[in-house]
Amino acid sequence: MAECHPVGFQWVMEAKARGATIIHIDPRFTRTSALADLYLPVRAGSDIAFLGGIINHILTNEKYFREYVVSYTNAATIVSEDFQDADQLGGLFSGFDPKTGTYDTTSWAYEGMETAAAAGSRVVAGRQPQANAGEAGDEFGGRGAALPHSEVRRDETLQDPFCVFQILKRHYARYTPEMVERICGVPPEQFAKVCEAVTANSGRERTTAWVYSVGWTQHSVGVQYIRGAAIIQLLLGNIGRPGGGILALRGHASIQGSTDIPTLFDLLPAYLPMPRAGSRSNLDGYLAAIKSDGQKGFWTAADTYMVSLLKAWWGEAATQDNEFGFDWLPRIDADHSNYHTIVDMLDDKVEGYFLLGQNPAVGSSNGKMQRLAMSHLKWLVVRDLNLIESAAFWKDGPEIATGEMRTEDIGTEVFFLPAAAHTEKDGTFTQTQRLLQWHHKAVDPPRDCRSELHFFFHLGLLLRDRLETSGLARDQALLRLTWDYPTLEGDEPDAEAVLQEINGRHLSGDKAGTMLSSFVEMKADGSTSGGCWVYTGVYSDGINQSARRKPGSQQSWVAPEWGWAWPMNRRILYNRASADPDGKPWSERKAYVWWDEAAGKWTGHDVPDFQVNKAPSFRPERGIGGPDGLAGDDPFIMQADGKGWLYAPSGLLDGPLPVHYEPLESPVRNAMHPQQANPTREMFPRRENLTSPSPPEPGSDVYPYVVTTYRLTEHHTAGGMSRWSPYLAELQPEFFCEVSPELAAERGLEHLGWATIVTARTAVEARVMVTDRVTPLVVGGRTIHQIGLPYHWGVGGGNAIVSGDSANDVMGVALDPNVHIQDSKAAACDIQPGRRPTGPALPRYVEEYRRRAGITVETGTARMTQHEDGT
Amino acid sequence: MSIRTRVRQWPVLRQFTTADHLGRGTAVRSAHTEELTPRTRTADRMVQSVCPYCAVGCGQRVYVKGERVIQIEGDPDSPISRGRLCPKGSASEQLVNGPGRVTTVKYRRPFGTDWEDLPLERAMEMIADRVLDTRARTWEDADDEGNPLHRTLGIASLGGATLDNEENYLIKKLFTAIGVVQVENQARI
Amino acid sequence: MPGWSTAADPAADTGWSEAPARKGFFTDGSVCIGCKACEVACKEWNGIPEDGLQMLGMSYDNTGGLGASTWRHVAFIEQPRRPVGAGSLTPLPMVAATHGQNMPASSPETGIRWLMSSDVCKHCTHAACLDVCPTGALMRTEFGTVVVQDDVCNGCGYCIPACPFGVIDRREGPAGARNVGIAQKCTLCYDRLRDGMTPACAQACPTQSIQYGDLDELRARANHRVEELHAAGVTDARLYGADPADGIGGAGAFFLLLDEPEVYGLPPDPVVTTRDLPAMWRTAAVAGATLLAGAAAAFVRARS
Repeated sequence: MAECHPVGFQWVMEAKARGATIIHIDPRFTRTSALADLYLPVRAGSDIAFLGGIINHILTNEKYFREYVVSYTNAATIVSEDFQDADQLGGLFSGFDPKTGTYDTTSWAYEGMETAAAAGSRVVAGRQPQANAGEAGDEFGGRGAALPHSEVRRDETLQDPFCVFQILKRHYARYTPEMVERICGVPPEQFAKVCEAVTANSGRERTTAWVYSVGWTQHSVGVQYIRGAAIIQLLLGNIGRPGGGILALRGHASIQGSTDIPTLFDLLPAYLPMPRAGSRSNLDGYLAAIKSDGQKGFWTAADTYMVSLLKAWWGEAATQDNEFGFDWLPRIDADHSNYHTIVDMLDDKVEGYFLLGQNPAVGSSNGKMQRLAMSHLKWLVVRDLNLIESAAFWKDGPEIATGEMRTEDIGTEVFFLPAAAHTEKDGTFTQTQRLLQWHHKAVDPPRDCRSELHFFFHLGLLLRDRLETSGLARDQALLRLTWDYPTLEGDEPDAEAVLQEINGRHLSGDKAGTMLSSFVEMKADGSTSGGCWVYTGVYSDGINQSARRKPGSQQSWVAPEWGWAWPMNRRILYNRASADPDGKPWSERKAYVWWDEAAGKWTGHDVPDFQVNKAPSFRPERGIGGPDGLAGDDPFIMQADGKGWLYAPSGLLDGPLPVHYEPLESPVRNAMHPQQANPTREMFPRRENLTSPSPPEPGSDVYPYVVTTYRLTEHHTAGGMSRWSPYLAELQPEFFCEVSPELAAERGLEHLGWATIVTARTAVEARVMVTDRVTPLVVGGRTIHQIGLPYHWGVGGGNAIVSGDSANDVMGVALDPNVHIQDSKAAACDIQPGRRPTGPALPRYVEEYRRRAGITVETGTARMTQHEDGT
Repeated sequence: MSIRTRVRQWPVLRQFTTADHLGRGTAVRSAHTEELTPRTRTADRMVQSVCPYCAVGCGQRVYVKGERVIQIEGDPDSPISRGRLCPKGSASEQLVNGPGRVTTVKYRRPFGTDWEDLPLERAMEMIADRVLDTRARTWEDADDEGNPLHRTLGIASLGGATLDNEENYLIKKLFTAIGVVQVENQARI
Repeated sequence: MPGWSTAADPAADTGWSEAPARKGFFTDGSVCIGCKACEVACKEWNGIPEDGLQMLGMSYDNTGGLGASTWRHVAFIEQPRRPVGAGSLTPLPMVAATHGQNMPASSPETGIRWLMSSDVCKHCTHAACLDVCPTGALMRTEFGTVVVQDDVCNGCGYCIPACPFGVIDRREGPAGARNVGIAQKCTLCYDRLRDGMTPACAQACPTQSIQYGDLDELRARANHRVEELHAAGVTDARLYGADPADGIGGAGAFFLLLDEPEVYGLPPDPVVTTRDLPAMWRTAAVAGATLLAGAAAAFVRARS
C-alpha cells in the first residue's frame, strides 16, 4: 500500500500512531513491509491456504463474534444434504463434469432450493454458450446471486451438521498451522502471531481491516482469495463497521467507475447483466434471471433500474410496446472477455480495435501474444497521451527485432489520436472507496488532443449521419438513441449533461424534468430515466453533488460533504451491521449508525444503509420479498436472504467455499488435495500461450523458480503515464529483477549485472538487484526461490524517456472462471546470468528450454490431475 | 531610477549602512530576490481537480496562467489526501506539459513503415468508415437457432479505467447501440 | 536530551529587523516510506532538470545524492537479516520494523531493516557557503534560511568545497536548462515562504515525514518524538542537526535517524568550514572600508 498508494498509506500511519498493529503479508518485502510491525513472506499463489488457516484458528479456538455470526451471516442456514465437500472428493466439490470442466451447482444450494439452483446451473466458463442471463460470477458486483425465495431453514444453535457453520468447520479443519507452513512457507510461530493479532483486534470494541490489490485478484482462483478474506471478516464481525472491511486498492483513477459504468462485456451500467441469447431473450425473462420476487432486498426492484436505463438510452422511442427497446440490446452468448478477444484476433475474427488509455502490449499478460494479435487487425485506433508501445508495435516492437514480425508484412492500419489530459476536461472519477469526485477543466486541450467524451460523441454523430436513411433493423438502435448532448466551446459535449442523464429524471407528472434524488424513485413503467441506478442521487436537488468540496477540516471525520459516494452517499456499505441486532452500537468506541428509538429511525455518522424507519425488531410476514421482506436484523440488504454469505450457495463457478489449489505453474505438488490446480480455470492452449509442466507432470525442474510481477511507487502500470515523465523516469530508469543473495549465489547472478528470465512463453533481460528483502522459503522441506519483476517497462514506445523488456511478456494466460482475470502473479521460470540472446536467437533459446521440459500445447491443460501412478 | 536610489541599493554600501555588516543578508539582496513571488500567486486562476493516477483520489489544485497549466499540487481541503501527493501525483504537471506528449494525429497506413500526419477531421471520418464497414461485414443478426444476437464480434475495445465516468458512459452506450459487445477495460486485467 | 539553549538568530544577524520566527524542516526518518514525492515535488516546483537515467543499485535509490539538480534526496539503506551467502535458510523469516510502537523490535539476526530518509540542505546556523560567497549571491533570508540568488551568482564555485555536507553544487547541464553554470541548492522554497505557503516537499510528503514550521517548535516536536520512540524500545532513534551547540550552530533542517549518521551518508560531526573566519573578518572589514571609498569614487565617475 505504501508502494502503490502512498497517500492512502498516511491513514495506516495515522492508525499506527494511535496504536494499530500493521501486518504485511506478501511474497515481496516492499515499502509497506518496512513500516509494518510484522512482515511475513509467503509463497506467491498460496494465500487461500494462509487465509484458510486463519479461519481454522478462529473456528477451532472459538474466536468468532458469535452474536454477529448468528444474526448477520448465513452460518445458521441449512445446506442441501447432497452437497459434498472438496475433502470428500479429492479436491473437487460435488457436481463436477470433467468433460466440460464445469460444475453443476445444484447440490451446493440451500436446503429446499436445489431445483432453482439447477435452473441457474448452466453456467459455464469458456466459450460454451451460456443460456441464462445473470449467472456468471462477475456479474454480481452489487449483490449475491439470486435465490428463488428467502425462506431458508436455520439452526441458530449452529449445531446442525448441514448448517453452514458446521460445513465451514469441517472444510477448514485441515488448514492447520503445519499445513500453512507446508504450503505457504510460513513457520507456525509466525503464523500464530497473525492469528492472535487479527482475533485480538476484532469484536465489539475493535475491528480489523484487510487490504488487497491485484496480488489477490490475478490468480486462476482470485475470486476465492477475496472470499477467504470475506469469511474471516464475517466470522470476526468486521463488515459494515468503521475500521473493518475488505478494501480493494485499485490502481487507476476510475477503475471503480469503469466497473460501475462498465466498459465490460458482460455488464450494463450498475451491475445489470448484459442480456444473453436464448429462450429468456425478452425483458421479463431477462429480469427473472436477475431476481425472484420472493427473495429479499433491493435487487427485486431490478425492473425499475433496467427500464430507467432503457429510457435514458432510447428516450421517447422506448415504450411499453417495444419493451422499452430491450430488443435493441446486443446479446452475448459466450465469454467475450479481453483475452478471448485477443485469441480471436489471432484467428482473424476481429478486424477493428479501440485502445482507450490502455497499453496491453506492455500491461497484459503474454505481451507477445498481444502484439501478434494486433498485427492481425485490419485497423487499430489508439487514444492516449503518448505514443505508447501498443500504438507502435509494428514499428519498433520486440518481434520486429527477433524477426517474428516484419513491418512491411503487417497490414494493420493504425490511427493514433492524442487524448486530453485530466486538466483539459470536466468529469468524474470514482475512486477506490466508491467516491465520485468531479474534476474541473483548467485549460483547453492542445491541438488535436480531445477527450473521449468528444471523440465518442462525434463518432456517434458521424455514424448516425452516414446511416440516416438506413431502413435496416440493425441500425435503428443507433438512430433512435438519445444522442443530443449540449456542447460547449470546441464542440465538447457538456459532461454535466451526461452526469445528469446518468443520475436520471422524472419523465412525467409534477416533477417531470427534475432530477431523481434516489434510485428508490425509479419506476418500471417508463416514467423515470436513469443511466446507472447506483449513481442516482449524484445530481439530487439539481446540484452536482460530486463537485462538493467542503474542506475536510470543516466537517466530521466521515466527511460526507466532500464528493459523493454511491449508493446514496453512503461511505460504509452494510453499516446496519455496525449496530447490534437491537440497533445499539456494538460499543461506544465503534459507534457508527444506530437506531434512535425515540425518533423511530436509524441515525449516526453516515447515511444508514438500511430502510431508515425499519425497527430492529421488525420481522416480515412469510412470503414477502423485496426490501419489505428484509427483517430488522438483515443488514446485507443486497443479498437475497439479507445475510452475509460465509458459504455461497450459488453465483460462483468454482466452488461455494475457497479451497487451496496450486497456481497453474507451480514448483510443488498440492499438499492439500490430489487435485493440483483449479479444475474450472479458463485456458487458451495454443503455440502462442504455452504452459510449463507442474507436478505431477515431469519437466518442472527446467523452470525451478517462482516469478511474480509488481509495481513500484515511481511508475504507473504499463508506464504510459510515467515513462514519458523525466522526473519519474529518472527515479526508476531500468527494468530489474529482485533476487535473494542465496539465489544469486546459486545462479551466479551479480548485483547490477544482467540476468535472463525465461518461461514457457519467452525470455526477458533485466538488471539484477540482489537484496535481502527477498526471502527464500522452505515449502514442503524444499527451498523455494522467488523472483520479483516490476512490470513498468516496454520496448518500442515513441519518445519514451526510458524503456526496457516487459515483465508481462513472460507471464501466461489462464483465467479465473468467475471474472476472467488472468493468472499472472505466480509462474514458473529459470534465471541465468547475462543478457538474453537477440534477434532470431531469442526464440531459439526459448524453444530449447521448452524442448528440455517436454512442453507441448497440451502441457498443463488437464483439468483433473492425473494421479502419480498415472491413473 | 535615480542615482541616489541606485547608490543606496549598492550592496557594498548597504553592508555598512544596515545591520548586515557582513553582507550575508539584507545587504546583498538583489532586486530580483526582493520581488520573488510564487507562481501560484500570480496565476490567472486555480481549479480544483483530482489526481489521474491511482484510485486513492487525491485532491489537486491546478494553477493556470496564460491558458497553460503552470503548477499542480495537492489540495489541502481534501479529506482524502489532505494536500499530499505521491511522486506520480507530484509529476502531474509533466503529464500535461510533458516533452514527449504527441498532440497531433499520427497515421500508419497498412504495410506502411512510418508514421504520417493526418488532419483530425479526416481521421474521424476514416474511423467512422472503418467501423461501419467492419460492422456490416461481421454483423450477426441471430444464432443458429434463430435467437437474436444483434451484434458484431468484428470490433473490440479496451480501456476506460483512466477515463471519466461520463466518458465510459458514452463509450458503453454508443458501442452497445451499434452492437459492439467486446468492450473491456483494465478492471478485467 | 540536553536542554536547548536559545538558538542564535541568524536573520537578525544579517540585517533583518522584525523577521518572522526562523523556519526549518524536521525530517522524521522513522515514518518515511521512501516514496520520493519530495524529490519530484521539489523538482517540479523549482523547475530543476532531470539529471541522470542510470540505475545505481543503491537499493531503490537512483538519485545518488544531493546536488545542483537534486535538492531533495531519499536514501535507502537495507540492513541485512543474515550474512550474504550464509548457506542454510534462516527458519525465521519474520521481520519486524524497529520503529513499531506495539510490537517489540526484531532481533538484528532475524530482521531486515529498510531505512529511508529524505536528505536536504541543512540551512546551517553558521553557514560556510554564505561566509565564503564573494558576490553576495548566497543570502540569509528573513526566515533564517540560506538561498542562492540566481541573478547574482557568477558560478565561481567557492561555496562548493565550503559546505561540510557536500550539498551545494554548480549546475553543469543539460544545455538550455535554467541556471546552468551557477550554484544551486534547496531554497526551502523561499518564494512559497514569502506567500505563507509550505515548501513543496513538505506539502507533498504523504506521511508527514517532512515537517515544515517554526524551528523552535519543530525541535520541541522532534524531542518529543524521540522520547516516544525510546519509550517504545526504539533506542536507536536520535536527532541529527538539532543541537545549536554542534559544529554548525544547529541546522535549520534537521533529522530523526534510526542509526548512525554515516549509515545515511551524513557526516557524523559536521563543522562549519569557516570557523576561524570571524577573526579574519576584522581584517577584511578594514580592507572593505578602503575599498568602499575607492569603489564609490569609481561609481560616480562611471555615471558621469
